[in-house]
Amino acid sequence: MIAHADTIPPARHPLVSFILRWVLTTNHKEIGTLYLCLSFVLFLIGGAMAMVFRAELAQPGLQFMTADFYNQLLTLHGLVMVFGAVMPAFVGLANWMIPMMIGAPDMALPRLNNFSFWILPFAFFLLLSSLFMEGGAPNFGWTLYAPLSTTYGPPSTDFLIFGIHLMGISSILGAINIIVTIFNLRAPGMTLMKMPLFVWTWLITAFLLIMAMPVLAGVVTMMLTDRHFGTSFFEASGGGDPLIFQHVFWFFGHPEVYIMILPGFGIASQIIPTFARKPLFGYASMVYATVAIAGLSFVVWGHHMFATGMPLATELFFMYATMLIAVPTGVKVFNWVATMWRGSMTFETPMLFAIGFVVMFTIGGFSGLMLAIAPVDFQYHDTFFVVAHLHYVLYPGAIFATMAAVYYWLPKWTGNMYDERLGKIHFWSAVIGLNLTFFPMHFVGLAGMPRRIVDYALPYAGLNLFATLGAWILGLTQLLFLYIVIKTIRGGEKATDQVWESAEGLEWTVPSPAPHHTFDTPPRVE
Amino acid sequence: MTKNRKQQRKQATLLVLLATGMFGFAFALVPLYEIFCEVTGFNGRTFGQTTASVEQFSQVVGREVTIEFVAHVGRGMPWEFRPTENRLRVRTGEVSETKFYARNYANKLVTGQAVPSVTPGAASLSLHKIECFCFTQQQLEAGEEVEMPVLFYVDDDLPADIGTLSLSYTLYPVPDAQVVTLDDDVQGSPTLILEHSEEHSGS
Repeated sequence: MIAHADTIPPARHPLVSFILRWVLTTNHKEIGTLYLCLSFVLFLIGGAMAMVFRAELAQPGLQFMTADFYNQLLTLHGLVMVFGAVMPAFVGLANWMIPMMIGAPDMALPRLNNFSFWILPFAFFLLLSSLFMEGGAPNFGWTLYAPLSTTYGPPSTDFLIFGIHLMGISSILGAINIIVTIFNLRAPGMTLMKMPLFVWTWLITAFLLIMAMPVLAGVVTMMLTDRHFGTSFFEASGGGDPLIFQHVFWFFGHPEVYIMILPGFGIASQIIPTFARKPLFGYASMVYATVAIAGLSFVVWGHHMFATGMPLATELFFMYATMLIAVPTGVKVFNWVATMWRGSMTFETPMLFAIGFVVMFTIGGFSGLMLAIAPVDFQYHDTFFVVAHLHYVLYPGAIFATMAAVYYWLPKWTGNMYDERLGKIHFWSAVIGLNLTFFPMHFVGLAGMPRRIVDYALPYAGLNLFATLGAWILGLTQLLFLYIVIKTIRGGEKATDQVWESAEGLEWTVPSPAPHHTFDTPPRVE
Repeated sequence: MTKNRKQQRKQATLLVLLATGMFGFAFALVPLYEIFCEVTGFNGRTFGQTTASVEQFSQVVGREVTIEFVAHVGRGMPWEFRPTENRLRVRTGEVSETKFYARNYANKLVTGQAVPSVTPGAASLSLHKIECFCFTQQQLEAGEEVEMPVLFYVDDDLPADIGTLSLSYTLYPVPDAQVVTLDDDVQGSPTLILEHSEEHSGS
């Protein structure tokens, strides 16, 4: 059905051919592109929601929306960003780059790969259409706490549950594909400890996905049965306990946030050595640190629940375990810095985003350390201080890493160099925008402004206005990024195969743009 | 490539099993959580009826503790529900009684189920209820009022650093379909309701 080079193409309308090509592709590069496009569309949608509720928060009082609609927007913003922007972006990068980095012709399970992707547009259609359903969209935060979600959630909650099941299946199948690919399709000579760091971090992330996503599936299934099938997992009157929702959710939720950053760590470990013209410092310790972070991520979930009335011993355990994660994370940060130390550095756009990642993710890590200290978390919990923390680790963390990766590998994908001047403008305006948006949130949070509430006390007004202005600047930078990417796809200075002077790795040995099929015969790795 | 393919299939199967196992683990967390709470008392649940023995009534009494009584009415429950006394000074080992007042101010028969909770959680292991209105459903006719007793003692194994504990009840409405008649021999704590898979939907 699909035309090969050696058969006569069927006489189809070009549009039909186009659609069939993209719907039925099993090619890792095309599927990677699909994931990245979906991710960017959802990033813009999630961001637009943020623009809207930031408009409401610009001034105290209610200007544009009801409290309930505000809650719906922030719930969908969280869900779309977590499951629709960050995760698919990293999967898209994995699809594009892992086979090329290990010298494989494609992923191990190409048809499963296609299926994993195409579940997602359907899942997000379900999720986003909840805005137009009677009762409105889910309005209880992306964390779905019972009984707000079970007893008091709108009817659309069931569509959300179904959507989450679908997204979970997509992630789990994708993770299986990645693990089987990495274990089996490495070129001869590429031992595990010779793999690029991006491949290593994705291998570990894939295991986290397989272990954590099913727990989310379990807990939303319990939500569904509590809502409709007479169970009382979370209902005290039936012998259940709302608190167990939080335990099971965060047992998933904490590995989830590491799923959302580990590939970013891998990207930084690829880019910084290239532009510092020095090998990555401490390859082995980077691998072990990532494994340590992943393992520890399963025993710290209670730090999201410090204010629920847990006994002292429990609070202490979670506090110590959480602070412990800072150690391997610190090892990684020090190794990136050590890579740059006495390096021969240039500051092209990918490097700017990578260094911005290291600096500002670390800032987010510091607010995380503050939150880890259980007694003071009682002050910070459910305030904008948490919002500041999570956005610093997610925006300059996951998003900057993704953008760095896109700038870094776009010449390989398209054969064209992006516009360097525009790229730098994008970077610097994003830095200004995100810091103007999220840094003030530390202060209003410490001063007591609660999160997930549409209105706030008058003293918080000034900084909230700054944050809204910053958010709009940040929103505009996305359009600039879109323009840069489209411009690069359409043309630009021709890229060489090597692209970057000091780039190492198998992906730089194939032509730019990368041909549809690469490494049909595996290369020999020293 | 065939050998590789078989190996890949084996790995993929194992990973699917791991995912399925973790799905089951999420559900397993429910009974695990119950057991953990039973052993540690952390979530403040009290468990079932304690039988009183003759020895109990003549036991040497120990130190003084304060027990406070709290009452909540669950959503959709048209009753007034309050303790008759806010607190009691008791001695550990000593059997004491308190009463809770309830009045149905709706214009029809209503059935309710009280769910107890003890704070701090560690104290819940030491509070033993010999007789309690929470063991069974309570029915009141329209306008009827009642004083419901709780017969209890605080065991001497109460941690030394606890001087005050609270016994709180929340009264939930029982839908008509789940009303238990007097002939039924069902007796027990809210956890038994879960085990018998009786369906209680929060209204």
